[in-house]
Amino acid sequence: MNKGPLIFLGIFFALAFSWTGVVLTNQIQYGSLTPYYDPNEGKTFPEKPSGLAERGRLVYQDLGCLYCHSQQVRRPGFGADTERGWGERQSVARDYIYERRVFLGTMRTGPDLRNIGARQPSPDWHYLHLFDPQITSPGSIMAPFGFLYEYRAVVGERSPKALKLPVEYAKAHGLERPGYELVPTPRAEALVAYLLSLKDTYQFPEAKPYVPPKKGGAAR
Amino acid sequence: MPDAPSLAASLNPGTPTDSVARAELSEIDASAKWPVLVFLLSSLIWLLIGTAFALISSIKLHTPEFLGSYEWLTFGRARTAHLNSVVYGWSVNVAFAVAFWLMARLSRAMLRHPGLLVVAACFWNLGVTIGVVGILAGDSTSIEWLEIPPYATPLLFVAYALVGVWAVITFRFRRSEHIYVSQWYLLAALFWFPWLYSIAQIMLIFEPARGTVQALVNWWFAHNVLGLWFTPIGLAAAYYFIPKVLGKPIHSYYLSVLGFWSLAIFYNWAGVHHLIGGPVPAWVLSAGIAASLMMVIPVVVTAINHHMTMVGSFGALRSSPTLRFVVFGAMNYTLVSLTGSAMAVRSFNEITHFTHFTVAHAHQGMYAFFTMVMFGAVYYIMPRILLKEWPSATLIRIHFWATAIGIMIYWIGLSIGGWIQGTEMNNANIAFIDVVQHTIPWLFVRSVAGIVITIGHVAFAINVVWMLFARRPAGATAPTLFDSPPATQGALAR
Repeated sequence: MNKGPLIFLGIFFALAFSWTGVVLTNQIQYGSLTPYYDPNEGKTFPEKPSGLAERGRLVYQDLGCLYCHSQQVRRPGFGADTERGWGERQSVARDYIYERRVFLGTMRTGPDLRNIGARQPSPDWHYLHLFDPQITSPGSIMAPFGFLYEYRAVVGERSPKALKLPVEYAKAHGLERPGYELVPTPRAEALVAYLLSLKDTYQFPEAKPYVPPKKGGAAR
Repeated sequence: MPDAPSLAASLNPGTPTDSVARAELSEIDASAKWPVLVFLLSSLIWLLIGTAFALISSIKLHTPEFLGSYEWLTFGRARTAHLNSVVYGWSVNVAFAVAFWLMARLSRAMLRHPGLLVVAACFWNLGVTIGVVGILAGDSTSIEWLEIPPYATPLLFVAYALVGVWAVITFRFRRSEHIYVSQWYLLAALFWFPWLYSIAQIMLIFEPARGTVQALVNWWFAHNVLGLWFTPIGLAAAYYFIPKVLGKPIHSYYLSVLGFWSLAIFYNWAGVHHLIGGPVPAWVLSAGIAASLMMVIPVVVTAINHHMTMVGSFGALRSSPTLRFVVFGAMNYTLVSLTGSAMAVRSFNEITHFTHFTVAHAHQGMYAFFTMVMFGAVYYIMPRILLKEWPSATLIRIHFWATAIGIMIYWIGLSIGGWIQGTEMNNANIAFIDVVQHTIPWLFVRSVAGIVITIGHVAFAINVVWMLFARRPAGATAPTLFDSPPATQGALAR
């Protein structure tokens, strides 16, 4: 192999091959996937996220949540995703078409979050959990996000958003000063809105589980 | 350029050819001195920064309250700062240094205008610094391996263009008639990386593709950074240093051709195995799994070529630091690649996907293979550009044993932990919090391994700084070796 141009041509076509196959072909195949109109519901799915949830997505992005949490449910029979209740059905490509940045993730140090909005619909739970995961999930190794909260003197009335910390916890952590309250910052509110928006609670024709035809029954 | 005689030959035409060749090599080394030195020193600084972030993130994963109140050091950011410091800071800087030093030597061409490469080094390091600070400040893109915020990437692009063009120009003005296998790998890597990087930037950040096409682009890029950039440069170095230190030719020319082209064809399809079970077309996953399995061919072929070259010369491992690091790396290349092929099989992937097993695997590839080969290369290159020897063989010994033992503890410990995690996660009768709890002992093992590796890095850094400031001895010196080698190998081994 002493011919520079020939080596270069080989090098070029090697990568051109997978670029065409993995990137280009898939972009053509489903890069302009459209939402699905459900005649029973009378609207299209997936739904577009709200503005607050979109801002929360940016918080999720800047804190690097995806390094411990995936957002994809594998089909029944491959892993135990549905048995664990992480989703009622497998995730399909159409679920993600409105996400400007897709956070499929490759790690499950913590559980999958594709349907966390349906599994934990309570914002109060999320506020406590994000403030200190040990409150809601003792033994968790998730990072605490206390910096998304503000411990401040009550001015006028208590904020309706103030966290309802368990009494024991508040005492142990010096958070029970009278006239003070622990409130989420706008970033925490956006993040919780985003987490609550994560739910694929609708059906697509392509997401129905494949039921293999029964063997033997056909022989007549 | 016409075949101009080297400076040494024109000054003293009467010298015998061997010493002319040696003088020519040292002229080439001298032309590469400043850029190589700047890239190597920056890579060393990034290695230490990356190690610090590694320890912080490792401790945080079993003791989450550690530094828990600092937003800029939250796990998601510290871990990402670690990855980008060691990948774009340490690995790419050292890869640049080794790549154009090798290219100049193998092309028997002086590096022209080396000052421009120093400029490239400044641009690159400025870009990575802005990128890592940006990640800590919360501007990460959260796209794996592409987290550096978009405002830093133009700097990286300019720097890369300078380095790539320079290496190709050096190759273009080559005076060697033969193109050695290391040069194929270097040319390919230098050409592939900008293609991968620019497509990924465009389709993920500037004009994002719709839905999970992004995930395909992401893993086409991220896995190919390993396979088509770091792997070829690591292999180029192994192909150069093993025969060079031993003073004998590579086992088989034919196998090196086969290994190169099969890697070029198969590796670039393999990345999609990171999405097995995910919401992307099944055909592309199957293609990726097939390609991952086909990778057995280049890996076995390269393994035969490297290890058969070593057969009969294992004694040299006792004396040569370069060889010891490079051979350790080459052995791990074989191991990590075969594991990687196995991990792409659906039934194996069902367990290891989403677990620490993959993290262990990634570190075996980037550290036990690539980084160790680069350490070996640095031990060879530095004395030749500085014209002085390593001040301490003991520090080299500490460096080798701490990093080698450390990364083995890391790999074995985390692989076991990841396997337990994967099998338990697939059993819905075990509560998720219990799965998490059962990984914690193995995460502790990782932190211990990290501390051992850190000791090695500190020894390395001390030796480099000591060497820089040590006075150059008058007259000829002997290379710094672990043991004094057998008399016959003395001239060759280092």
